[in-house]
Amino acid sequence: MNIYHTTRAPMVRTVHFPHWRRRAYAILGLLIALGGVAAFATTFGSVQIPFLTICHVLFSQLPLVDIAPTWPSTTETIILEIRLPRVILAGLVGAALAIAGATYQGLFRNPLADPYLIGVAQGAALGAVIGFLLPFNWYGMGFGIIPLLAFTGALISVAIVYNLARVGKTLPVTTLILAGVALGALWGSIVSYLIITSGEKMHGIIFWLMGSFSLSEWSEVRVVLPYVVVGVAIILLYARSLNIMHLDEEQAQQLGVNTERLKLILLAAATLITAAAVCFVGTIGFVGIIIPHAVRLVWGPDYRFLLPLSVLTGAIFLILADLVARTALAPTEIPVGVVTAICGAPFFLYLLRRKKRAVFF
Amino acid sequence: MIKLELQNVWLAYGSEVVVKDITFQVMPGEMVGLIGPNGSGKSTIIKAISRVISLYSGKILLDGKDVFKIPRRDLARLLGVVPQMPLLPSVFTAFEIVLMGRNPHLGLLQYEGARDLAITWQAMEKTATHTLAERRVGELSGGEIQRLVIARVLAQEPKSILLDEPTANLDISHQVEILDLIKNLCLENKLTVVAALHDLNLASQYCDRLILINNGRVHAEGTPRQVINPRNIKEVYGADGCVYTHPDIDLPVVLLKAGSSQKAKVKEALETNGD
Repeated sequence: MNIYHTTRAPMVRTVHFPHWRRRAYAILGLLIALGGVAAFATTFGSVQIPFLTICHVLFSQLPLVDIAPTWPSTTETIILEIRLPRVILAGLVGAALAIAGATYQGLFRNPLADPYLIGVAQGAALGAVIGFLLPFNWYGMGFGIIPLLAFTGALISVAIVYNLARVGKTLPVTTLILAGVALGALWGSIVSYLIITSGEKMHGIIFWLMGSFSLSEWSEVRVVLPYVVVGVAIILLYARSLNIMHLDEEQAQQLGVNTERLKLILLAAATLITAAAVCFVGTIGFVGIIIPHAVRLVWGPDYRFLLPLSVLTGAIFLILADLVARTALAPTEIPVGVVTAICGAPFFLYLLRRKKRAVFF
Repeated sequence: MIKLELQNVWLAYGSEVVVKDITFQVMPGEMVGLIGPNGSGKSTIIKAISRVISLYSGKILLDGKDVFKIPRRDLARLLGVVPQMPLLPSVFTAFEIVLMGRNPHLGLLQYEGARDLAITWQAMEKTATHTLAERRVGELSGGEIQRLVIARVLAQEPKSILLDEPTANLDISHQVEILDLIKNLCLENKLTVVAALHDLNLASQYCDRLILINNGRVHAEGTPRQVINPRNIKEVYGADGCVYTHPDIDLPVVLLKAGSSQKAKVKEALETNGD
């Protein structure tokens, strides 16, 4: 029953929403760009493979497509078994960190929030370092003990932070951030101590902490993929609620958002995808904070567009960052975390200057 | 058409009780004003009805149902709130803010359709905010933001509206415009309206009934004529002999005189005693 608008509602002219169409085109454009960048990234490596061959090999893998192989089988192995899982894992991790960052920023109404804010990274790092220092290694489900401990560490520390911050049935955001920062600092100091006393294992530990895709295989993609897909889907469902959370909790409640439930669901989803992303590749900084802000500066703050655009931009960014990490000083690999910071920070500063808008969050 | 009922409501922040044993009813099509000094508990009552703070004891019924047992989304379809000095994120456009009012009408998998956009647009036209649609909130003035939030409540299409100082940031022409709009909606659609107002003259002219609150208790309740009288004003606000009758309509108005505040009186008394 429309009690307010008894007269016939005038059609709202689409001229009032030109930016909606622009953002929809941006999603489409980035989707195509992601495919292009992924294929482009697979051409580079110790053996240069032509772009066209990559496309042929990839298309020949699709069902119902029959292309006679005109390439050596080693090329196919390099593409499908070595480069492709690495590119896909980089894309998945980039997407996961970017959307998790956007979610935390919206949920906490804090522009400095990133996927590691509430102790995920430090917990993962502690778990991984313990894994490195164990005198034995154990393989189950196709991967080693280090990712398993990293994943466990991330979840345990978030559980601790959540329970510390909870006041009765509510979860005050400031307490949550403070508890996360405090616990993160504790884990960080333990990690530092363990690194210093780790002897010859120090190099491996530090390399893990800075992030690397050098050990990517399909088995890891298979583990990370379901977490990221489910987590991203859940977060996307609540995009409109995140917009409203951006007001403040009181107004959000008055507009029909169950803020406590929303916080719990989104915290769980964002934390799970972050933990899944970091457990194999280490803590890659900057993606989670820089990508959502860059997207916000270019296409506006509406989470219904911000979230999918962040997923795509994050994936493209990390695929390219990993490409630089493995080719710039080949055969030596640079930690990808170093690349994301070196490329990301100036780009972000450029965006900030270009817009010259005092407030953008 | 819904009735709002507060039964023996006590409210507290932590252990500090701020609202004591308040009972009142608001009928459909009725506009009730909550008046009283700063800190008397008006805003707290508005917050409790909209379920932002929990009850210490008592009961709040909307349409006969306990407000605290209605799911938030359903409650937001029944009850819209214009908060006092709302904070809005500066990067959203005015239209995006008003569109948020449609939230309780949309499911998890739904996007705003043509109808939601049209309702939003109409709400903006009614509040004269449609010319601001593409502007960012950060560029708007306090009064424009106030009207935007009222547009958002209209887009929400609730059956009951709570307003917490809706005219605080507005100039006099917009004060009258907004209250006229709310009053008309209230009468035409039989809305249940509760407004916390600090301006006694506006409260007197727009409200069918006034509830005067002092220190968290109901001090007086009734028509503006019954509530706004020299004795009540002196007891609650400590101001002397300042109630007159509006020259055009038969309603009380409050006009203050410089130096008539309680503090000035005390100072004067001290000075005379000292002599």
